[in-house]
Amino acid sequence: MGKATSANVVCYDSVLYRGFYSYFKSLFGEKELRILILGLDGAGKTTILYRLQVGEVVTTIPTIGFNVEQVTYKNIKFQVWDLGGQTSIRPYWRCYYSNTDAVVYVIDSVDRERMGIAKDELMYMLKEEELNGAILTILANKQDVEGCMNVTEIHQALGLDSLKNRTFQIFKTSAKKGIGLDEAMDWLCNTLQNHK
Amino acid sequence: MFKRKSKCVFKGGNPYQNLEKTSVLQEARTFNDTPVNPRKCTHILTKILYMINQGEQLGTAEATETFFAMTKLFQSRDIILRRMVYLGIKELSAIAEDVIIVTSSLTKDMTGKEDTYRAAAIRALCSITDVSMLQTIERYMKQAIVDKNPGISSAALVSCLHLCKNTSATDIVKRSLNEIQEALNSDNVMVQYHALGLLFHIRKTDRLAVTKLVAKLTKINMKSPFAVCMLIRMACKLLEEETIPRSESPLFEFVESCIRHKSETVVYEAAHAIVHLSGTGARHLAPAVSVLQLFCSSAKPTLRFAAVRTLNKVAMEHPSTVTACNLDLENLISDSNRSVATLAITTLLKTGAEASVDRLMKQIATFVNEISDEFKIVVVQAIRALCSKFPRKHTVLMNFLSGMLREEGGLEYKASIADTIIAIIEENPEAKEIGLAHLCEFIEDCEHTSLTVRILHLLGKEGPRTKQPSRFIRFIYNRVILEGAVVRAAAVGAMAKYAANCEMLNDSIKVLLKRCCLDVDDEVRDRATFYSQLLSSNNRQLITDYLSEPMHVSLPVLEKTCQDYVLNPTKERIRLNELPVDIVVKNVSQEPTRKQNVDNAVNKPVEVTVENVDGQKLPSLVDLDAGKLFCSSEPSMLTEPETEYVVRCTKHIFNHHLVLQFEITNTLDDQILEDISVALDVSEGFQYLNEFKCPSIKYQETGNVYVYLKFPDDSVDAIASFTAKMKFIVKDCDPLTGEVQDDGYQEDYRLEDVEMTLKDQMIKVKVGNWDSLWEEAKSVCFEVQETFALPLTSGGLSDTVSQIISFLGMAAANNSENVHPPNKSSHIVNLAGMMRGNCKVLAQAKLALSENSVTIQLTVRSTDERVAELVVSTLD
Repeated sequence: MGKATSANVVCYDSVLYRGFYSYFKSLFGEKELRILILGLDGAGKTTILYRLQVGEVVTTIPTIGFNVEQVTYKNIKFQVWDLGGQTSIRPYWRCYYSNTDAVVYVIDSVDRERMGIAKDELMYMLKEEELNGAILTILANKQDVEGCMNVTEIHQALGLDSLKNRTFQIFKTSAKKGIGLDEAMDWLCNTLQNHK
Repeated sequence: MFKRKSKCVFKGGNPYQNLEKTSVLQEARTFNDTPVNPRKCTHILTKILYMINQGEQLGTAEATETFFAMTKLFQSRDIILRRMVYLGIKELSAIAEDVIIVTSSLTKDMTGKEDTYRAAAIRALCSITDVSMLQTIERYMKQAIVDKNPGISSAALVSCLHLCKNTSATDIVKRSLNEIQEALNSDNVMVQYHALGLLFHIRKTDRLAVTKLVAKLTKINMKSPFAVCMLIRMACKLLEEETIPRSESPLFEFVESCIRHKSETVVYEAAHAIVHLSGTGARHLAPAVSVLQLFCSSAKPTLRFAAVRTLNKVAMEHPSTVTACNLDLENLISDSNRSVATLAITTLLKTGAEASVDRLMKQIATFVNEISDEFKIVVVQAIRALCSKFPRKHTVLMNFLSGMLREEGGLEYKASIADTIIAIIEENPEAKEIGLAHLCEFIEDCEHTSLTVRILHLLGKEGPRTKQPSRFIRFIYNRVILEGAVVRAAAVGAMAKYAANCEMLNDSIKVLLKRCCLDVDDEVRDRATFYSQLLSSNNRQLITDYLSEPMHVSLPVLEKTCQDYVLNPTKERIRLNELPVDIVVKNVSQEPTRKQNVDNAVNKPVEVTVENVDGQKLPSLVDLDAGKLFCSSEPSMLTEPETEYVVRCTKHIFNHHLVLQFEITNTLDDQILEDISVALDVSEGFQYLNEFKCPSIKYQETGNVYVYLKFPDDSVDAIASFTAKMKFIVKDCDPLTGEVQDDGYQEDYRLEDVEMTLKDQMIKVKVGNWDSLWEEAKSVCFEVQETFALPLTSGGLSDTVSQIISFLGMAAANNSENVHPPNKSSHIVNLAGMMRGNCKVLAQAKLALSENSVTIQLTVRSTDERVAELVVSTLD
């Protein structure tokens, strides 16, 4: 008899809990937000992903394919896809564009030579119809390294002035030191909220 | 998932039956949805896997699309779904493109904390990895091999083994040798087994390394019974190649010691290995058989099955060894497992005495319907063995077989019965009439065309010589009325043979053939018309040549000649008797050492076979006017292997001419040979016609010298041996550049004698009705008879028989080359051959065993008296 009652209580609890949960959830929409981290190889995409997920710097190897992780930032759940940046893997980025809420484009601020390629890949990507609604965060990574390009230089090098109809922001970061990531994520959360 | 499945089964029917490919692939798009619904996706993945495993073919584009959709599922944390994804990756990896896209994700899973993922991820990763990518994961594979979790270690080892299918990957796998060695010391039985398997695989090309490994491992005590089993197998492989006697071999000692292992698996493996080793004597078999005998009374059906199956094998070669187990086998006849019972009975049939045959056959009959085709074939084979062992029992056995023929069964099963009946007919003349009658009955209702055709051919061959040939005609003509074109054509052929061989049936069959001339099928009509014409010609000779004793023209040559004629019609007619005769038995006597030697030095020497006739390879035969090539001998060596010059000689025989081809290989890097010729000391009677010298032979090159001779007019002189000398000019040269350094000097090089034997000039001819030819030859041919005695060799009569056959170079008819049973004291061999000049030769050798010699009475009948004398004198 007693057992039956307690079971009922549990059921009731879970119904109640679900109610609250869905209420909170409605603030940010039903589902996890889907973020793609893109950029040339060696820009630090995988390091950023795990910095966000576990909060520390992990040793990485070149990503052949992708890593997908769930990241919770300020109670918002993100599903973050980190796609490999090697020339051979870039063609596959497009397979993962659909339903994307935001693209995080990571730039290696030290790599002046390939800034042009980085620009081309970015522009090429933004032309994709599937990404029309996605907001863009550009991370000028590796700012801790001496002699790197500053944000203005990168802004110019990427030709961001020409971007129309796109919500975007550029941040200077250092995944290694953990600088600038929080600002970028805050901006991302706010923008996504307003976007809904 | 399983719950769900069982629920559906409960409702009745398989939920995955009748899946439609397009709709399933459509459903697979669900994978792209976010958030992922694990339950639904798992279900769809199951459908895809089920479909692929049912043999549904996916195109590259379809597979790639599905594969990429599937990669999206990595976002889900659902364990079951993830493991299904691994399976999906493995299935699609071979079809889809760009599968390396999941490399990082799988690498993460295989090194991650979740143990349930790791092994499966390793397997999936290796299935998508090619050689170029292998290096990137090599480090992780090394770690996985020595992982303390046995499942992961095993997965890594087995995956490496699969990777080794690619030769270049083997080199990368070899770099993990230290890790594999470490895994070999694992306490886990599976890891040890898999490590050993991989070790053997990567060393399999290196015989010395395998020998060392086996020698090392046989001394230590491995924990895993599976690994020990594998070691036994490797040891046996090495044992087969060993030359030292079994009793002294440490490897054999090891295998024998495994019979006393504590694991049943190992004990069985060892017994099985000993039984299957070639040339194991009864003394070594005994311990193995006694172990198997113990297993016969085991409570485990698998052990009983394994034991009785192995005993069955032993019984084929060493029935006496198995006799000791007869009592145990008798008990197994009533075993509840039908397979065990069948094997027990058939083993008993092989070991038992004649008296028990009837009883055992009755017992088999009670359950033969309940066993599968595969085991029915075992029964049939046992009966076949019995028939040759106890010829007097043929009626009982034949009745049983015909009963089996009437039952349902596949082609293989029916063919094995028909084979057995045919074999019995051939071995035992008394059984012929009954056997043919059974076969006739069988073709009345046989759905296998190939079998019917074979039986019709047999009826045509054997039927006319039975007491009452007319009874078969009805069965054969029924085929013409009832069956398809292929069978009808065969039936027409069979009927014509009756007309040719049985005078009284001649007229009636002509009428039947006339009817067949109106058949709708070309082949049937052609055959019927041809045979009708032939029979109404009343030309005895023609009928014998084309019907009762069909020609033995080499078919490829006939085809080529006809093709040439069609392309290039000439006034000259094709004459069948000028075409080479088909050689039935090809001599496969190759000396490997010699061959290697020559192969090293030459680019594949020119093979002059009967097929590339017309002397295409022989220069200017036109001058010779020798006619068509009759035959060419196997090349024989005229030098020791590993001498300065390697010379081999091929004899090309024409009707009256002989062309000797000397293939000369220069193995000295500092010499160039020029103006090479071969001087022969030709025996009396042979006429020296011409020779073709070879201008020059450089290092590692082969040149040909040809010598043309004419055979003596008297055939008896045609067997001879010529001393041979190679004459040439040697010029020293620089080994590196090949530059000639001097003017050279004349040199002679003594070769071994060139032997001209009977068998070089004789072609083997396979004839069906040797007896009737022999009778016919009595009146028209010359006969020579002589008696000899040969010393008895260890192989008994069968040795002597093969000696005679090889001396004469003729073919034995009606299986008379087999001395059966091997220990009988007298035997008759019937031989047929064709001497150069298309001279037919028949010979009969009657052998009788006396104290320590074999007495042979050889009778030769030939159209040419001198040839007959020659054949007899050869054996002298």
